[in-house]
Amino acid sequence: MIQIILSLLSGMIFAFGLVISGMTNPSVVIGFLDILGNWNFSLVFVMVGAISFNFIVFKLLVKKKPYCAPTHFLPTNTTVDKKLVIGSAMFGIGWGIAGICPGPGIVNLVTNDSSAFLFIISLLGGMLLFKATEKFLN
Amino acid sequence: MLEQIIYPLLGGILIGVSSSTMLGGLGRITGISGIMGGSLTIPKKEELWRFAFLGGLILGGFIFMKIKPEFFNYSFEFSALQYVSAGLLVGYGTRLGSGCTSGHGVCGMARLAKRSIIATITFILFGMITVAVKGMLV
Repeated sequence: MIQIILSLLSGMIFAFGLVISGMTNPSVVIGFLDILGNWNFSLVFVMVGAISFNFIVFKLLVKKKPYCAPTHFLPTNTTVDKKLVIGSAMFGIGWGIAGICPGPGIVNLVTNDSSAFLFIISLLGGMLLFKATEKFLN
Repeated sequence: MLEQIIYPLLGGILIGVSSSTMLGGLGRITGISGIMGGSLTIPKKEELWRFAFLGGLILGGFIFMKIKPEFFNYSFEFSALQYVSAGLLVGYGTRLGSGCTSGHGVCGMARLAKRSIIATITFILFGMITVAVKGMLV
């Protein structure tokens, strides 16, 4: 139960962070990616704020057992492979087309805009497509 | 100043607080694409936290919109085809590449994980190329 409450609260704080920072606004994201045009540098500060906070706090947290889980579930794969690079490139292209990544995509459902729903339904479709094709990729 | 630096920094720190809560509480990396991908199955009891986090994103966004609607003063101005193609690419790409802006960009970067650094450089670079190409086409 405590896991559920913590996750719900974390999701809410994450949403607050996304909205305040401007990441839910597609034109801010496109502006950040538009480095050759009218560059909007504000997302640099989102990354600086989030990464520097986590950089310090993660170091302390990984030393002790999680509050309500038996152990940490940290990624163990350290190999840079084609899947990582091609997948990230595909994500980057999609991000550049619409200016929306998964977190802001979900938060934007509250705008009740049909484009926001279209994006998330397609995103879930893309994930299901991956599940269906995953076994052929190796 | 406020919109370009202070809000992004504050939002970034909130994203850090959220992902640090998830690591310290559940021992998990807050990767939204991973949480979404993992929720595309019949839910088991130990997986319910994923739905709680996603619900928290929506609830947080909803509360924020009720209190400060001016933060949602933007629109989705691209075509349906663009949102569908972007969604498919983001969905497939983040699963293939094992992460998005949150998992790789915020958490992995803070852990100085080599895979996440490569992924983040790749998706930002391809996002920038996409926006530049779109600018040439219009």
